[in-house]
Amino acid sequence: MRRVFVNEEWCLACHLCEYNCAFANSGMDDMVLALKGKPIFPRIHVEGDERISYAVSCRHCTDPICVKSCIAGALSKDGDVIRVDRNVCVGCLTCVLVCPYGALAPGPDGVMQKCELCLENSCGEPACVKGCPNRAIVYEERGERA
Amino acid sequence: MGVDFIYPEFEVIRNESRCIACRVCERQCSNEVHAWSERRGVMMSDESRCVNCQRCVSLCPTRALKIVRSDCRLRENANWTDATIKEVYKQAGSGGVLLSSMGNPNPLPVYWDRILINASQVTNPPIDPLREPMETRVSLGKRPQRIERDDEGGIICDLQPQIELSMPVMFSAMSYGSISYNAHASLARAATELGIMYNTGEGGLHEDFYAYGPHTIVQVASGRFGVHEDFLNAGAAIEIKMGQGAKPGIGGHLPGAKIVGDISRTRMIPEGSDAISPAPHHDIYSIEDLRQLVFSLKEATSYRKPVIVKVAAVHNIAAIASGIARSGADIIAIDGFRGGTGAAPTRIRDNVGIPIELALASVDQRLRDEGIRNDVSIVCGGSIRSASDVVKAIALGADACYVATAALLALGCHLCRTCHTGKCNWGIATQRPDLVKRLNPEIGSERLVNLMNAWRHEIKELIGGMGINSIEALKGNRLMLRGVGLTEKELSILGINHAGE
Ligand code: SF4
Ligand code: SF4
Ligand code: SF4
Ligand code: SF4
Repeated sequence: MRRVFVNEEWCLACHLCEYNCAFANSGMDDMVLALKGKPIFPRIHVEGDERISYAVSCRHCTDPICVKSCIAGALSKDGDVIRVDRNVCVGCLTCVLVCPYGALAPGPDGVMQKCELCLENSCGEPACVKGCPNRAIVYEERGERA
Repeated sequence: MGVDFIYPEFEVIRNESRCIACRVCERQCSNEVHAWSERRGVMMSDESRCVNCQRCVSLCPTRALKIVRSDCRLRENANWTDATIKEVYKQAGSGGVLLSSMGNPNPLPVYWDRILINASQVTNPPIDPLREPMETRVSLGKRPQRIERDDEGGIICDLQPQIELSMPVMFSAMSYGSISYNAHASLARAATELGIMYNTGEGGLHEDFYAYGPHTIVQVASGRFGVHEDFLNAGAAIEIKMGQGAKPGIGGHLPGAKIVGDISRTRMIPEGSDAISPAPHHDIYSIEDLRQLVFSLKEATSYRKPVIVKVAAVHNIAAIASGIARSGADIIAIDGFRGGTGAAPTRIRDNVGIPIELALASVDQRLRDEGIRNDVSIVCGGSIRSASDVVKAIALGADACYVATAALLALGCHLCRTCHTGKCNWGIATQRPDLVKRLNPEIGSERLVNLMNAWRHEIKELIGGMGINSIEALKGNRLMLRGVGLTEKELSILGINHAGE
């Protein structure tokens, strides 16, 4: 399957991916209305320092430990995409503890949210990748992932 | 500090109703114009630092920004213009020589824009490049004067070394140091993919780029930085830089602050030492001296590489070119006064040298008159901006063109002309690692390849329209050109008729 991969060599820590993510998942068609004057809760996070930075989002593992650990059964594998059912999540944060990439984080309501590759929102393809100015994240096929 | 006489040149206009305070502009501006004000709860800007590179404008996700020229002007004066007065203020404040970057921005005549191209109608058919084959390949170097045959009547084919190009365009010299590692990587990859050449400029060749040697022209300038036997043998040709269009009469100068790490190693000089190239080559004071260097370089490379001599277009360019043609050089590169630079004294950039169009026409004519045109190829540069400039240059007598500014534009340069500050926000004219990173050579080389492929197609359309199907057949074909709004003198130097004639 195609996944989002990080080319940390080219990441500028501009944080555009975070804003594009928050907008794509806002359900709105106007970025200003969606984001102006509000804290944002993106599903991708830029980490690092001045020397090296990289954007972290769900790796969509072939054998996802978060799905195995979720006490409520809110996380599941839908084809190759790992999804969260926000109606089922109880906010216990077990998935946050087990995810080796730190890819999950709660939304403003305390319920888990995660990257679902924008496949079902208004963007239709990862908005972070589409808006990255330097190809520091790419959406590619590279085979299995542990 | 006393009174600052100079009001900022640009205004940063932020549409507050659009700004989402993402602070992308703040993170991307190396001139630290933008800043988030916690107290005011809005983004603020210090426009006095803005150089109008438009990095923030391009990256703002809500298109909230624009940069405009400040309309705060000094009182109108046709003699003492706003710019002239401010230059005086600057020098009165600093006591220094004014520095500038990129090409001469002044409204001096651009002859390309006053030359028009012919097309076939009725009596001779135009050629459609999509339906018929067209040849854009050229080779540069010495041509035999006549065909010679052996005893059996076979043609004796001992051509001097040549450069083969898939189209008559090359990326001209920009040193590693004046531009970034990633800019060089983009140029090297693109030249290789396109089957053309890029040029190391005068700072040597980074060890990572030896792999692109067959598409590299290695340059030997007056400072001889980074020149050694392997370097000379690494490229497809060697260029002796006698002069540069943007600053004829002076040598390159890369400040010590930029001589760090790999650049110091590549240039073979200590870190932090200024790389100052002397104005002359200290071993060249005559055509005979030049001949010695040409042949030393040929000797060092076993006569396998053509030697280019690059000069700035200056008043006696035709006589100079004639001398160069007799020095044993294979190719003459002429750089016009609008050529770019990473840093030059403003007065020299804006007042020294002559237009490339006139220089090219007079050199081609002089070499023809003297019967030595086939001894050298001519490459012209100094603001070749488009495929039509290339076609006009070929028809005026060039064998190929050098482009640099257009290539940098393809890489993202916005011609803010502040390369000399070393803070290029587009990752081109800088050595700051966080800025260099902004130019991903994968994207850069793709954009260069796109640009050149587009030009190649346009060149085919233009020459096809004239009923010509190869660059070779266009060379020096000045009948295909007409001037508009030019004086008799200009027309006679260009060797073209006026439109309507
Ligand atoms: S948009 Fe791209 S370059 Fe910018 S922070 Fe995200 S991954 Fe890095
Ligand atoms: S210097 Fe460039 S990035 Fe900075 S504010 Fe001006 S235009 Fe924007
Ligand atoms: S990049 Fe645009 S939206 Fe973001 S803070 Fe700057 S002006 Fe505002
Ligand atoms: S190379 Fe960079 S600094 Fe120089 S003019 Fe272009 S954008 Fe400006």
